[in-house]
Amino acid sequence: MTALRISGLRLRIGEAEILRGVDLDLEAGRIQGLAGESGSGKTMTGLAVMGLLPTRARVGGTITFGDRDLLALTPRQRNDLRGTDIAMVFQDPSTSLHPMLSVGAQLTDHLRHHLRLDKASARARAVELLERVRIPDPAGALRRFPHQFSGGQRQRVAIAIALACSPSVLIADEPTTALDVTVQAGVLHLLRDLAREMGLAVLLVTHDLGVMSAVADQVAVMRDGEVVENGERHQVFTAPAHPYTASLLASLPGAAGGVRTLDDVRALEES
Amino acid sequence: MSAIEAPLRARFRRRIPQAWRTPLGITGAAVALVWILIAVLGPALWPFDPLAQDSPRLEAPSAAHWFGTDELGRDVFTRVLAGAQVTMPLALLLVGLSVVIGGVLGLAAGFFGRWVDETVMRLTDLVMAFPTVILAMVVAAALGASLFNAVLAALVVSWPAYARVTRGLVVGIRQADYVLADRLLGFSPLRSLGTDIVPMVTGPVLILASLDIGTATLLLSGLSFLGLGAKPPTAEWGSMVATAIQNFDSWWLGVFPGLAILTVVMAFNFLGDALRDALDPRTAGVLGKAETR
Amino acid sequence: MTPLLEVTGLEVVYRGRPPVRAVDGIDLTVGAGEVLGLVGESGCGKSTVARAVCGLVPPAAGTVTFEGSPVAPLGLRRRPVELTRIQMVFQDPYGSLHPRRPVGAQIADGGRTAVRRGAEASEPGWWLERVGLDRGAARRYPHEFSGGKRQRIAIARALAARPDLLIGDEPISALDASTQAIVAALMRDLAVESGAGLLFISHDLTVVRLIADRLAVMYRGRIVESGPADTIWEDPQHPYTRALLAAVPLPDGSGTMPEPPVDGVEFPLEAVLR
Repeated sequence: MTALRISGLRLRIGEAEILRGVDLDLEAGRIQGLAGESGSGKTMTGLAVMGLLPTRARVGGTITFGDRDLLALTPRQRNDLRGTDIAMVFQDPSTSLHPMLSVGAQLTDHLRHHLRLDKASARARAVELLERVRIPDPAGALRRFPHQFSGGQRQRVAIAIALACSPSVLIADEPTTALDVTVQAGVLHLLRDLAREMGLAVLLVTHDLGVMSAVADQVAVMRDGEVVENGERHQVFTAPAHPYTASLLASLPGAAGGVRTLDDVRALEES
Repeated sequence: MSAIEAPLRARFRRRIPQAWRTPLGITGAAVALVWILIAVLGPALWPFDPLAQDSPRLEAPSAAHWFGTDELGRDVFTRVLAGAQVTMPLALLLVGLSVVIGGVLGLAAGFFGRWVDETVMRLTDLVMAFPTVILAMVVAAALGASLFNAVLAALVVSWPAYARVTRGLVVGIRQADYVLADRLLGFSPLRSLGTDIVPMVTGPVLILASLDIGTATLLLSGLSFLGLGAKPPTAEWGSMVATAIQNFDSWWLGVFPGLAILTVVMAFNFLGDALRDALDPRTAGVLGKAETR
Repeated sequence: MTPLLEVTGLEVVYRGRPPVRAVDGIDLTVGAGEVLGLVGESGCGKSTVARAVCGLVPPAAGTVTFEGSPVAPLGLRRRPVELTRIQMVFQDPYGSLHPRRPVGAQIADGGRTAVRRGAEASEPGWWLERVGLDRGAARRYPHEFSGGKRQRIAIARALAARPDLLIGDEPISALDASTQAIVAALMRDLAVESGAGLLFISHDLTVVRLIADRLAVMYRGRIVESGPADTIWEDPQHPYTRALLAAVPLPDGSGTMPEPPVDGVEFPLEAVLR
């Protein structure tokens, strides 16, 4: 079932054309990867869905959620959806959590505002959420502040906040890029498990093709504001249809067809 | 003018026009320009002699005397124009000297650290512990009332802010990778300062200075108002307002000099704001990267 | 033959409450024409090692010896000319070049440093070509280049000083994945060609093992495994090295999830040295 459909998304900021007609479908229970290098427009695509674009941005196309076009909604209607039906997790957990509010406050504020829960129920649900994201001692954690947690744990808290109101769509923008690789592995497992359990439609935006390969079901590759390839993960990685995808993979050690020796890398530089 | 300065100035030229496109910026620029012209052209614009006591006294504004006459029969309009020649160059001088003195001390404090830093910072703490105007008054009174001494007194209270800001900027920039890289290449401390640090500090400091011209004007007029600055018969706005208080019925004596001060201060404030808004995100971007180390 | 760089029992402690023991006793050597890859995750102390080797941070204990003499800490005085044989390429391509000076002038500084030591004079354009950029780039400013190109410029500047020891402090981490291997290989080839040793620091084992002769794995301020790069890559012995390798997701399209280490595990600090 298509939870969210992006059609012909165009984005212009000032003179620059950031997105040139992006088409993407997010299916419930599946993780759609969006890969690309810096400047490809992948982050902007995620922000467009959330409605978090800079004020000077001019958007075209449609983003269909349920029976509505998100781009046609009023800011207030957009705001009602944000955090409840469509949620986002950002790259840097040290700036995506409020440094001066306790974790408990950040979770319960959110819950009480959107779901209108009373204090006690919000607190109970908050503990439940922290358990779900595998934070040790969830009740105690409520009272602590973000700086008292490690990077990986902060990201888990950010995920808990995002999932608090049981959204149907989750946009994850480089969710593990700022984490150490050993910590990343745990968070990736968490993301994948939660996505399956909750039937979330996930848009995973990342430049890290290793992460993409581990977690995504479907992979779209962006370059210069366009999606140049979109297919089933295994297909895209082993038999890419577009030369750009092939060139990206060729430069990665560990990819099928990727560089394996120093000579391979040297050969790349010549080309 | 070295190779470093040239691109810096080119960037200023490119960026400034856009900044001034804001209504406030343009207004500020226009008014400031008018006052600068008045100050520069000086006597050419004066319908009367600012010191001549020929006209009838305390006459309300009329066709002959647009701003009326004061208690000694002098034309107020001329005196207001003449006041520009007194106040504006001194305000600019004051800001200039504060930037140089505060800047050099702040540079030394930030770059050499340790006891130099401690000394300079405790000195700024000392000065800043006092309310600005009161301290300026005390110094001016101690030195004796004169415009020169008023500038000196104002200087004493103005340099610390620049020292603090400069020091903060230098401490941040010192950690930047490119500064370290140049040290590894064998740059001497002096070259490091001159090539790597100073060019990155001048931008923000100049913005601060432009915002400060208004404050400097107020401070100098204020000291003159209190009798600690310009001495009669010098046409200076602050002292003109002071005499106006003794002739309260003749409203034109105080209102016009007061408006002069107001418009000058606001003009430079708007200008400084526009400049900062235009340059700040860029300088913040450059400095921000340096400061993340 | 004395190795170029010899680090013995290095300890570095940062002041604070409590003080942080960033480096807790490590030994390493780098020979001329050799590439040593130093890998580890954040907080393991690898960047601190880079700074200690350069003299940017004073050792609390242990010695750092370069070409037989101890490396003097970099204070306010000018760097002694002999020590300009040690050069560094930094992580952030947006902070390591002076934003307001043309690229050529910055590389020329490197060239002048070499001349002060008696080397032949060189031209910035020549170095730009060696790092794969156009000679004309010399007139342009850093902000006109992408991250990868800026890093090449930084490499050109470092190499123009004709170092005997080149240190890369996470030089590829901030680059797009498609250019990481290429820039790493460039650093290796240029360094080795000129007879310099290269200390390459990174958190990414998959790229480092391609360009390094030997690897050292750091964990919590100590080296827990070291040896020939291929050997460690194919047959890691220390539990931490194994965990590190198992946690890297490979872009092979198989959907294999990386293995996280067991929750809260603390790896042994005893080293496996080969």
